[in-house]
Amino acid sequence: MDGNRFSPPSNEIAIEFADVSFRHRNGPLALDGFSLAIERGETLALVGRSGTGKTTILKLINQLLLPQSGVVRVEGRPTSDWDSIRLRRRIGYVLQEVGLFPHMTIGRNVAVLPRLEGWPDDRVNARVGELLNLVGLNPKTYADRYPRELSGGQRQRVGVARALAVDPPILLMDEPFGALDPLTRAEMHREFHRIQSQVRKTVVCVTHDMGEAFSLGTKVGVLASGKLAACAAPAEIIQSNNPEVKIFLDAMPRVGSA
Amino acid sequence: MRLIEFWLNHGGEFLEAILRHLALVAASTGIAVAAGVPLGVFSYRNPRLGSPLIGIANVVQTIPSLAMFGFLIPMPLIGGIGAKAALIVLILYALLPVMQTTVSGMKGVDPSVREAGLAMGMSDWHLLSIVELPLALNSIIAGVRVAAVVGVGTATIAAAVAAGGLGEYIYRGVASVDGVMILAGAIPAAILALLADFWLKWVERRLTTRGLRSGSPRLVAAGVVGVLVLALIAGGLIWSDRASGQIVIGSKNFTEQMILGELISQLIERNTELKVSRKFNLGDTIVCDSAMRAGDLDVYVEYTGTALTAIFKQPVRMNVDEVRLVVEACYSITERAMAPPLGFNNTYVILVRGEDARRLGLRTISDAARYTEQWRPGFGAAFLDREDGYQGLKKHYGLRFAESPRAMDVSLIYRALADKEVDLIAGDATNGLIAKLDLVALEDDKNYFPPYHAAPVIRSKTFSRHPELRAIFDRLAGKVTDQEMRRMNYEAEVERRDISSVVKAFLERHPEASTR
Repeated sequence: MDGNRFSPPSNEIAIEFADVSFRHRNGPLALDGFSLAIERGETLALVGRSGTGKTTILKLINQLLLPQSGVVRVEGRPTSDWDSIRLRRRIGYVLQEVGLFPHMTIGRNVAVLPRLEGWPDDRVNARVGELLNLVGLNPKTYADRYPRELSGGQRQRVGVARALAVDPPILLMDEPFGALDPLTRAEMHREFHRIQSQVRKTVVCVTHDMGEAFSLGTKVGVLASGKLAACAAPAEIIQSNNPEVKIFLDAMPRVGSA
Repeated sequence: MRLIEFWLNHGGEFLEAILRHLALVAASTGIAVAAGVPLGVFSYRNPRLGSPLIGIANVVQTIPSLAMFGFLIPMPLIGGIGAKAALIVLILYALLPVMQTTVSGMKGVDPSVREAGLAMGMSDWHLLSIVELPLALNSIIAGVRVAAVVGVGTATIAAAVAAGGLGEYIYRGVASVDGVMILAGAIPAAILALLADFWLKWVERRLTTRGLRSGSPRLVAAGVVGVLVLALIAGGLIWSDRASGQIVIGSKNFTEQMILGELISQLIERNTELKVSRKFNLGDTIVCDSAMRAGDLDVYVEYTGTALTAIFKQPVRMNVDEVRLVVEACYSITERAMAPPLGFNNTYVILVRGEDARRLGLRTISDAARYTEQWRPGFGAAFLDREDGYQGLKKHYGLRFAESPRAMDVSLIYRALADKEVDLIAGDATNGLIAKLDLVALEDDKNYFPPYHAAPVIRSKTFSRHPELRAIFDRLAGKVTDQEMRRMNYEAEVERRDISSVVKAFLERHPEASTR
């Protein structure tokens, strides 16, 4: 995996939205003819106001939702053709609320999927140790603790470790650091880059904070009225004159800090 | 002290009652959990079907248990008396708390936890067994605790359908106004309820501190084995009902009935080779009648007036022969036969103190009507309420009293008369206290009270299969007079003699009633 670090990014498409529309039951249209292509190994940060369908996009990728029209493809196959369980095991998911299993220790939380995959015990244990080290938690100290004994930042680290447990090629992050204080959040951003430099996943991260998007993404997409208003490298986005993009840029305390 | 003595004297029987009680509760609660948790999960996942399901369970919960037994007994397959009916009722009662707490436990699972599980690629079963059920466990066990504690209480009522258990003592105690015997059943039942609650609390703590091993096959295996064991216990209980006796003799839940049941049992045992199984203390008239219709009882003693009005819903009739003819006819078209009456008439009687009767020369109610204006009457609540009770009596004989009647507990009314708290009462013609307290029954010279002659009722099938029974009932006819019945009631209720020895003494006094 380390070998990937300096290899040029492949242009293969990992995730693709083609003219996707989605309406929640009794709700407004969340996505309206939405199209997007995400290359393998890139980190796409999607920015949008609350209720612009950011979470819907993530759930369409891991088939928690199916599009009402259009197609979502993962690794070239429409999600409707995937076995949902096989698909989801190739996609790590990190939520703002983390969603750790409160009745299991940290070690067991991380080990859930490897066990379901039928890994032998020693391989599971080695993997748990490796992942906790990766996210900066000493396994000896933390593996046997329960989620309630950890701080918010520590819980989010465990959430990332759990999402990476069976080494999925894709990682989805839903406002992963939204509930953290600014200092912890900045620390988590550094940690994210350190981890991503080691694992090189295709990452889709949604946030309502343009600063966070610039900090995390190799590409930044801006959502407005169910469509993609812009999608480009951070440097290009900063130059954008698109009014939807401007709103977000103006809302940032100091443009260019990323 | 008398309580401990009672337990020591009834050692083996007492232990059996406890074990049977425990088995009933354990099997029914266990089966209710095995069914209620999946039903709860189903209700949670399909609220459209689930809410009505919980609604039904809710309604079931509000049916009084005796009514439920009455409803169940005549049903084919699941009905009848004994452990089967008791288990079904107990399971139905235990279902609701288990279902409800399963649903509320599932609802209590943090949605983000559920979403995390789904998104990581858990199947429905994995999500349920690894995440939802372990997190709902606290709530579910709380439901199991409620079910078990309620079950211990409800199981005492199961004695009313011959399912045994500690309720046996409570019923017998209530029937013979024996406080010690009531406590002998009630105290261990209360202790069982507390123990069940403590034990389940312990289980709950153990499971939650250790954390449920995620869907571990060992746990699943333990669950399956547990359910199998409980099903075996349930099967054993049901089987133990069938194993004994070729002739099943029943009785209602008061002393006189148990004496008569025992009398018939002893006569059959003495005169035939048949094995008898005794199912005494069976709730009320409806329980006995339904049990017989269901084929679970071969013989019990009924009263002609009760059969006429309560079983066959006929209007009240006064003529003794007419009542007997109608009842015999009704029984014969429902595949049963009524044997010749035993002799006594357990109707209401109007009682006064012996000294008053002798002083004033009273023999009949009409004689007494001349003096009632100076008297205070006392009646049981039922007699006061019934149309064919106090109101009718007053009109029929033109009685007037010094004050309006006092409502009293029927078990205390005889002593109240003897102690001169009241001067005239309505009592049971066969009550043992009548002779003991020197009370006099006034003759119903204007035929106000309908006849309640006691007569054995036998299933027609039993009769044709065992024709030798006919001679027994013929010989017993008329032998149990009012005086004899009062005496036996007195010996059993007041002297607290064992019912079987009371009956033996009767048979020794009347050798002609039994052949061998």
